[in-house]
Amino acid sequence: MTTTPVRQEFEHVLQPLQSVPLERRLPLTQRLWQHGWLRKALILAVLAVLWEALARYTDNDLLLPSFLQTASAFLDGMLSGELPAKVAVSMVVLLKGYVIGIVLAFALTSLAVSTQLGRDLLGSLTSMFNPLPAIALLPLALLWFGLGDNSLIFVLVHSVLWALALNTYAGFLGVSETLRMAGRNYGLRGLRLVLHILVPAALPSILSGLKIGWAFAWRTLIAAELVFGASSGKGGLGWYIFQNRNELYTDKVFAGLAVVILIGLLVEGLVFNTLERLTVRRWGMQR
Amino acid sequence: MNAPLPGHAASTQSRNPQAAPLLAVDHLSLEYRSAQHVVRATHQVSFEVDQADRFVLLGPSGCGKSSLLKAVAGFLAPQEGQILLQGVPVRGPGPDRIVVFQEFDQLPPWKTVKQNVMFPLLVSGQLPRKEAEQRALHYLDKVGLAAFADAYPHTLSGGMKARVAIARALATQPKILLMDEPFAALDALTRRKMQEELLLLWEEVRFTLLFVTHSIEEALVVGNRILLLSPHPGRVRAEVHSHQYDQGSLGGAEFQASARRIHRLLFDEGDSPAPVTELGFNDIRIAY
Repeated sequence: MTTTPVRQEFEHVLQPLQSVPLERRLPLTQRLWQHGWLRKALILAVLAVLWEALARYTDNDLLLPSFLQTASAFLDGMLSGELPAKVAVSMVVLLKGYVIGIVLAFALTSLAVSTQLGRDLLGSLTSMFNPLPAIALLPLALLWFGLGDNSLIFVLVHSVLWALALNTYAGFLGVSETLRMAGRNYGLRGLRLVLHILVPAALPSILSGLKIGWAFAWRTLIAAELVFGASSGKGGLGWYIFQNRNELYTDKVFAGLAVVILIGLLVEGLVFNTLERLTVRRWGMQR
Repeated sequence: MNAPLPGHAASTQSRNPQAAPLLAVDHLSLEYRSAQHVVRATHQVSFEVDQADRFVLLGPSGCGKSSLLKAVAGFLAPQEGQILLQGVPVRGPGPDRIVVFQEFDQLPPWKTVKQNVMFPLLVSGQLPRKEAEQRALHYLDKVGLAAFADAYPHTLSGGMKARVAIARALATQPKILLMDEPFAALDALTRRKMQEELLLLWEEVRFTLLFVTHSIEEALVVGNRILLLSPHPGRVRAEVHSHQYDQGSLGGAEFQASARRIHRLLFDEGDSPAPVTELGFNDIRIAY
């Protein structure tokens, strides 16, 4: 069945478009607002103002020192070199535990992707140990490794390992069959396939596992130091907080907590953000 | 650009039918194992591919054509029969049989276009970095993507990704190039363009191609020989020549007759030509 259309046919000759610019710049305020750090800094500033207001309203230095008091205690601690020294002590232990945890997690997941037994092993171990709070192992660790860094490292490894292994393994499972086959097609097998194909392809999951592991480790370390920090003769940041609470220097307690938060923000903002920008976001694997 | 490349057969003008085939698939049966069943994908399929053939496996879904390609690539072990590449049985995947997949995610997103093309050359130890880079750029130029060498795959269109995959496959100069419905995920216009470019590349490089498709038109245009497979399980129904057709023959009377003949062979509609109005194309895509 054919009907004659009512409308006329037509053709246009297109002239180059010059009256309208193809590209326009956004206004300055909008461009500034695109920066994540600026927006976050604004949020932090608002929180600081609220804190200051609340502290002045309660007017009790012992319970709630104001933002400015905390800031000056923080500055004093930094200038006297006490806080940086504590941070350094904590960081060294933390990094040791973190790195060992990463290596073990990688070994375990590599085993899990290549053998059935490895899969079962990883599955049972993570379901057993992941829900177990690392700090609950500290008494046992002290019994085994004595007072000192080694027991701290043990609980740190425990806190990093399972979260990272779980995330990495989930990432490996999510790698598309096509990509795996492409890798095998070029003759990659075993560990080379893991390194060349699986790890980069699962990097978004691995990075989120690293982040979670970092947070777990940081938490566990501060908690462990609060209790056993002075064990090795020189305490870390957790010990600094605990000691100052005993002496009722509440502003220093707040300064110690602020350092914990600041380090968390720095690592998140500088290390992980840079890593993500240089890898997964650049590759279009993550927005 | 027209200099003959090492590793590729230069000419096939005088083909000797008695010569040993490049690829011989001999009474090959393949099986898939699911949790409950063992499914037979192909049953005693035999065919031979000569140097510089553009050999097409054509059939409806369930005829095991993709399984056959995977078996040739070495991803699937034969249940019975064997696959011989230059007289040597195929065992496991290897860079002498490069596969171009249908999916766009066959290109690692963490490598630029150039790095993607270099990747198989480097990991298989075929070439040192410097020469791999030169060869990558050479083949990227051939598929018209020299300007995009440093772009990441996620910034490319589907057709461009397919071109990169083809360049990557050609750069390794495999004994045989395996393509598993490489253009099926592209839009119709891009697909036609890609078929045309593939034929131009073949004219220039003369690689050997094993091509899987479910489109009769694509088979006739791309292939010089077509193997028709029947479904459930895949068995050889016929072999048809299609060397006389190219993009220009689309829609011609002879081309249509061949397409109809293939359709009849695939769906066993007796000897009478199928009436055009009754073509129920669920599995076979005939239109562009």
